[in-house]
Amino acid sequence: MTATVAQDVLIAVENVHKRFPLPDGKGEFTVLSGVSLTVKSGEVVALLGRSGSGKSTLLRIMAGLIPPSQGQVFSNGKPLRGANNDVAMVFQSFALLPWLTVQENVELGLEAQGVKRDERRQRALKAIDIVGLDGFESAYPKELSGGMKQRVGFARAFVLEPQVLFMDEPFSALDVLTSENLRGEIDDLWNAKTFPSKSILIVTHNIEEAVFLADRVVILGSNPGRIRGEVVVDLPRPHDRASPRFASLVDYIYTVMTNPEIEVTGEIVAKTTPTLATVSPYAKALPHVRVGGISGLLELIVDQPQGTDDIPRLAERLQLAVDDLLPILDAAVLLGFAEVSQGDVRLTEIGQDFATTTILRSKDLFRQQVLTHVPVLNSIVQTLREKSGSSMRAEFFLDLWDDHFPHEEAERQFATAVDWGRYAELFEYDAGEERLYLPEPNRDLESSISSSTPTG
Amino acid sequence: MKTFPSPEALRRFPFGLADIAVILGTLVLLAFIARIGAGALVSFEPPDVMPAIDLDPRNLPYYAGRSTLRMFIALFFSTVFTLGYGYVAANSRRAERVMIPLLDILQSVPVLGFLSVTVTGFIALFPGSLLGLEAASVFAIFTSQVWNMTFSFYQSLRTVPKELNEAATLYQLSRWQRFTKLEVPSATIGLLWNAMMSFGGGWFFVAASEAISVLNQEYTLPGIGSYVAAAIADENLIALGWALLTIAIVIVLVDQLFWRPLIAWSDKFRMEQSASVEVPESWVYDLLQTARIPRMLSKALAPTREAVDRLLSQLTPPVSTFKDRSNQEQRGDRLYDALLLVIIGILIAWVFHFILTTVGLGEVLKTFWLGIVTLLRVTILLLLATAIWTPVGVAIGFNPKLARILQPVVQFFASFPANFIFPFATLFFIRTNISIEWGSILLMALGAQWYILFNSIAGAQSIPTDLREMADDIGLKGWQRWRRLIIPGIFSAWVTGGVTASGGAWNASIVSEIVAWGATTLTATGLGTYIAEATTIGDWPRITLGISMMSLFVVGLNRILWRRLYRLAETKYHL
Repeated sequence: MTATVAQDVLIAVENVHKRFPLPDGKGEFTVLSGVSLTVKSGEVVALLGRSGSGKSTLLRIMAGLIPPSQGQVFSNGKPLRGANNDVAMVFQSFALLPWLTVQENVELGLEAQGVKRDERRQRALKAIDIVGLDGFESAYPKELSGGMKQRVGFARAFVLEPQVLFMDEPFSALDVLTSENLRGEIDDLWNAKTFPSKSILIVTHNIEEAVFLADRVVILGSNPGRIRGEVVVDLPRPHDRASPRFASLVDYIYTVMTNPEIEVTGEIVAKTTPTLATVSPYAKALPHVRVGGISGLLELIVDQPQGTDDIPRLAERLQLAVDDLLPILDAAVLLGFAEVSQGDVRLTEIGQDFATTTILRSKDLFRQQVLTHVPVLNSIVQTLREKSGSSMRAEFFLDLWDDHFPHEEAERQFATAVDWGRYAELFEYDAGEERLYLPEPNRDLESSISSSTPTG
Repeated sequence: MKTFPSPEALRRFPFGLADIAVILGTLVLLAFIARIGAGALVSFEPPDVMPAIDLDPRNLPYYAGRSTLRMFIALFFSTVFTLGYGYVAANSRRAERVMIPLLDILQSVPVLGFLSVTVTGFIALFPGSLLGLEAASVFAIFTSQVWNMTFSFYQSLRTVPKELNEAATLYQLSRWQRFTKLEVPSATIGLLWNAMMSFGGGWFFVAASEAISVLNQEYTLPGIGSYVAAAIADENLIALGWALLTIAIVIVLVDQLFWRPLIAWSDKFRMEQSASVEVPESWVYDLLQTARIPRMLSKALAPTREAVDRLLSQLTPPVSTFKDRSNQEQRGDRLYDALLLVIIGILIAWVFHFILTTVGLGEVLKTFWLGIVTLLRVTILLLLATAIWTPVGVAIGFNPKLARILQPVVQFFASFPANFIFPFATLFFIRTNISIEWGSILLMALGAQWYILFNSIAGAQSIPTDLREMADDIGLKGWQRWRRLIIPGIFSAWVTGGVTASGGAWNASIVSEIVAWGATTLTATGLGTYIAEATTIGDWPRITLGISMMSLFVVGLNRILWRRLYRLAETKYHL
C-alpha cells in the first residue's frame, strides 16, 4: 500500500490490439493499437484521452469484460481468461440496481462470491461506513442524490477489497461542487493509507482531475487509440493545486492534447511537421461540432486582449471538460479560424472577422473556409454537381464513410457534414427522402415567399 | 436477563387489523379455489354426459369463478413460457434467429385459430374428463396473452443498461443471480403492463372458448361464456343482463385485488434513478404493507431462500466474457443458416402440397377473396372508429380533469369482452333488418374501437402545453389546427392504437361474421366465417388454409403498413 521501492506489478497489458469489424464486411476498425501498460502496487494511474482514444475500451479489456483482438493482459502474473477477479469498478453512471437498497447493492459482489449472510452484512456495513453513508443502509438509490449514489458505487467496490480499483470517469456525471467534494475525499482516503485497494486506475478526460489524483498520467492518442506517452506527477501528496508545478503540468498536458503531432516526453518539444498523405477525403474525421458552437467560442475569445486565450483558463471559465472543448478548438483550427500553441489559442484574421461580422457575411466566410480546408465537403459538392438533377441519396455518402469508420461514427460524420453544408448553403438535405441536393440558383427569391427549409 | 415481556410488547397487540384482514382474505381465496377447482374434475362422457348450464342467475358467481380460474391458470403458464422463451431468445444468438421471427408469426395467427386446431387433440388427451376441454380453453387464453408478454420480456432483456450488465459481469454474478437480481427486475414493469393488457383482452377468448362446436359436436364448459351461449340459445335477455353485470364486477374485482397491488409494488423496479412524481397506489398493497404477517413469513423463509439461491448459483456459473468468434464458428453459422433454409423450404412445400392435394388452387383464391372482404371490413372499422373517437379522445385528453376520471373507464371498456354485447346487437340487427355483412363491422368495432379512443387520449395528453399555447397565440383554428398540431402530435399514439385495434378486429372476425340468436343464425361473407364454419364441420384442410390465409394477411399488413407508420412516427412525429 505504501510507495516502497520494490513495486509488484499487479496488472500488465502486453501489446494489446482491439479491432471491431466494419459493417458489410468492409474490413476492420482499429480502436486500440499496440498498447502496453503496467499498473504497480501502491500507485494511482490515470488514463487520459479524448473521446475516440479507446480509453474506456482499454479499461474494459483490463477488467476482462471484453477480450482483446491480439495481445494479452496479465493480472497478478496470470493471463486473463474472463472477468478479472482482482479488480472492482466504479462506473460513470453508478450502475446501481434501483430495486435493491444501499445495503443490498453493496452486498451484491459478496453474494456472488457465496459469502454467508452475517459476514456479508458486517463487511457491507463497514464499507458503507468508510464512504460516509451511515444511516442510509435501507434507502433505495432513487432516494439519494447523485453524489451519494456514487458513494454507494465506491462502497460496492471497496467491500470486495480488490487489488486494483478501476474508476471509469467516476465524477463526470456529478455537478461541479459534488464532484470536487467526492474527489477530495477519495484522495484523502488514499493519502491516509487506509485505502481498501493496493492501486487505483482511473479513466478521465479531465486534465486537472488526472494531475490531482494520479502519480502517473498516461496519455492516449486517437485514430487508432494508442499510448502517446506518460507524464509523471512529481509532487508530494496531496497534490497542491496552487503550486506552480501543478499549473505547469496541467499546461503541458493541455499543449500535448491539443497537438496530436507532439511526442509526449514530459518536456515541451517543437511541433513536428505533419505528414501529408493522399488518402480519401472521407478518411479524415470531422470534429463533431455544430457551427453555432464554433462561432460561440470564437466570440468569447475575440473579447480577450489580442484575441488570445489560455486554454485551461478558458475551459474553467466555460465549465467544459476536454471532451467538449477540444473538438470545438479542433474545428476552429481546421477551418483556419484559430491557431493553437503552447496551451494558448489565438484567432486568425479571418477568425476575428467571422466572430464579429453579420450573419450573412459570416456564412460567406464559412463557405469559403470550408471549401478550401475541408476536402470532404468539397468532394460532396463535386459529386452533387456531376449528378443530373444535382441530387444524391444519403446512403451513397454514408457508404463512403463506412469504409473508414464503424457505422455509428459514419452516421455522426454524415450529420456533422450536413450541418456544416447546410450552414454554408453548399447543399441541402431532405431528411424524409434521405437525399442531398444542390440549392437551386434562384433559391433566395423563392425562400422569401415559401416557408424556409428546416435547419438543425 | 429479562424473563417477562416488556410493557411495550404487551401493550402492542401482536396482530393489527391489517393482519386479520390478510388472514381472512387468504382463507376466502383458498376456499374459493377449492370449491371451483373440484368442478373441473367431474366425469364427462361425450356424447351421453355433457355438463349442462343452468340459467339461474344464482349460479353465476360459480360460473364466473370457473372462468376466472381459467384466466389465472393461463396467466401462470404465460408467465413461465415468457421467462423461458424470452431468456433463451435473448441469450442464444442462433436460437434468437429462429425464435423471434417465429414469435412474430405466432402473434399474427388468430387466437381462435389456435383453438380450432388444438381442441380435438386436447379432448383426445384426457378421455372421459372435462380436463381436455379445460386445457383447450386455457390454451386459447394462453395464446391471447403470451406473445405480447414474451416480446416485452425479450425487449427488456436486450435493453438492460450496458453498465449494469458490466457490473454484473465484473462482480461475477452467477447466471441465476443475474436472472433474479438484474434481468427479471428490469423487465418487471413492462412485463406487468403487458400482462395486464393481455389479461383484459383474454376475457373475450375465455367467453369464446367455453362453448364451441367442433366436428359437429357442441362442447360446453361450465363458465360465464357458456352461460351467455346458453342464454342466447334460450333467447333469455334477463339472464344475459345478469351475465353482463357479473363480468363487470369480476373485471373490477380482479383489477382492484390483483393488478393494482402488483402495479403499485412494481414501482420499485423503475429504472429512473430519481423519485417519481406520481406513484401508483393501491389499497390492497397498502394493507399488505401494513400487516406484519407477510413480513414475518418472509423473514422466516429467508434462510431457505438463501440456501436455494446458493444451490442454483452453484449450478449456473457465470458466463465467460471471452467467447472467441473463430472461423470455425462462422462456418458453423453458415451451416446453421443453410439448415434453417432447408427446413423452412420443406415446411412451405409441405403446406402447399397439403392444401393443393386436398382443396386445390381454386379454394386458395377463394379464401384470398374472402380475406379481402374481411380486410375491407377492418379498414372501414378503423376509419370509422378514427373519425368518431379521435375528436372525442383529443377533447378528453386536452382536459386533464376529465381525462383523470374517464381514463380508467375507457380502460375498463377495453377489457370488457365485446362478445357479451353481441347478442344484444344481433337482436337489434334481426329486428331492424340490418344486413350482417355491414353489421359485423359494428360487432368487430365493439371490442376494437376502445384502443383508438384510449390512445387518442394518451396522445393528446402528450402534446406539450407550450405547443397548444403557441397554436392559440398564432390563431390556428379548425382544420388548420388539426393538420398542423393535433394530427402530428397524436400520430404515434394513433399508430399504437391502430395496430392493436386492427389485430383485435381480425381476431374478432371469427366470432363476429357469424352470430346467432336462438335458432336464427346470421352469416356474413368473410374469412372469419370461413374459419368458423370449417371448425364446426372439422374440415382440417380448410381450417389450415383459412388460418394460414388470415395470418398471411396480418403479417403482410404489419410489414407493408404498420411497420412503416411506426418508423414514420418514431422519426418524424416524435415529440
